[in-house]
Amino acid sequence: MNNTKAAGQTRREKYEQHQRRRSMLIAATSTVLVLAALMIFVPMAPGWEKVQKSFFNAAVLTKTFPKLLDAFLVNVMIFVWSAPAIAILGLFIALARNAKSPALFPLRIFGATFTDVFRGVPVILTVYLIGFGIPGLGLPRPWNSPFIWGSLALVLTYSAYVAEIFRSGIDSVHPSQRSAALSLGLTELQVLRDVVLPQAIRNVVPSQMNMLIALQKDVSLLSFIGPVEIFRQAGVFKSLFANFTPYVGAAIIFLIVTIPATRYADYLMARQMRERR
Amino acid sequence: MPKLKLNNVVKRFGENTVCSGVNLVVDQGQMVCLIGASGAGKSTLLRCINLLEPIEDGEIFIDGEDISIPGRNPQDVRARIGMVFQNFNLFPHMTALENAMLAPRRVRKLSKSQLQPEIENLFERFELADRMHNYPDQLSGGQQQRVAIVRALAMKPEVMLFDEITSALDPQLVGEVLDVLLQLKSQGMTMVLATHEMQFARQAADKVCFLKNGKIIEEGPPDQIFEAPKQVETQNFLARALK
Repeated sequence: MNNTKAAGQTRREKYEQHQRRRSMLIAATSTVLVLAALMIFVPMAPGWEKVQKSFFNAAVLTKTFPKLLDAFLVNVMIFVWSAPAIAILGLFIALARNAKSPALFPLRIFGATFTDVFRGVPVILTVYLIGFGIPGLGLPRPWNSPFIWGSLALVLTYSAYVAEIFRSGIDSVHPSQRSAALSLGLTELQVLRDVVLPQAIRNVVPSQMNMLIALQKDVSLLSFIGPVEIFRQAGVFKSLFANFTPYVGAAIIFLIVTIPATRYADYLMARQMRERR
Repeated sequence: MPKLKLNNVVKRFGENTVCSGVNLVVDQGQMVCLIGASGAGKSTLLRCINLLEPIEDGEIFIDGEDISIPGRNPQDVRARIGMVFQNFNLFPHMTALENAMLAPRRVRKLSKSQLQPEIENLFERFELADRMHNYPDQLSGGQQQRVAIVRALAMKPEVMLFDEITSALDPQLVGEVLDVLLQLKSQGMTMVLATHEMQFARQAADKVCFLKNGKIIEEGPPDQIFEAPKQVETQNFLARALK
């Protein structure tokens, strides 16, 4: 007995450690093999030299990267004012669709139509129609700014999706919570505000994180109607240097932001799954 | 005048009649136990009394006042009738104290500081003072159910309804919850229980009603119901339930 304890490992622990080492070894070997294959075979492709020069040009990257970062600030700006607007409008649409009182019936129809329309039209089309259409009314500066109307297009589209997520969150709160709150004498509105919504919103935080990540990327669609954000800036550099490397630079900048955000969203999602169990 | 009176209460869900003409009288300070198989209509009857379910026909009186008039605002009725549920239904995003304070704050329009002494006193009375600041998922089932009772009592109800409040508990936790009921009874609370705890009903109830198919088949003092049931249905049910 003392001997096994001194060794610090039971038979099972020894076996499991052996298995772990084995799996790690296999994983490492296979990773090395795949990487080696990529490094050997890709450069053997006939167009590799050209691709390397036009997509992975270090000189172009160092020259353009700071300016790309500046342009990315435009994306961040548009994101920062659109995201809260989306959260508010999305929640409003979700509540409108769930309104039960007959006086609010028009609101209900409005909510349903809104989500149908903006989920049914491609984002880029909404951006075009609103971004070119509304300034086309001949509005004076600054009201003809593509920033305003492009952002509005994003807000409308994303609110439709975000509203549906909020709605699923509201539905995910068990009816017994409503019963309990009503039995205490709370009004429908108080039940919604104090009991249902706090739980509903908490339940959908991970899903809404994914919407934020998608929004961060879709801000680039505004480049089609004018604002010089990172994608358009990369396009300008592409023409200037006759080289595609700025696009790779832009992709890297996106990844620096989105990978941690995605990981965080996954973490939240996993934690929620654990809590539900 | 009876504290609570049900007169020919009918409740249907679509084609399905769940309560088919229930008559019940509960006097001030009485504990009435509703017994019967699952699906007999016990829970639905309690939900009807609290106006959580609108009734199709009949009347429900509290102190002689008809609370079941269609279109009547249910909030002030519910504020006078406390209800405790099988699965506790505590609000998971609030501490025990916040759970108990929500309704008095919103309905009785009192501030947290006004309520604090009164509610803390309730927690102390039911030996939950050290659990006040815990969230529901940090409490045992028995503690959660006692917090749910405190939450209902915080509204100072005149009548309390208990819907199989020990059915979701581990057997060793049932006792602490039943003790709370005895405590309330000794303080003169008017109570209606739907329950499967036959021993408890027998010892503590002032009146026992046996329900089947949405009807009270037989009612009377516990001794009479448990020792000498008159109806065959009651005899059959008890033979199985007490086995």
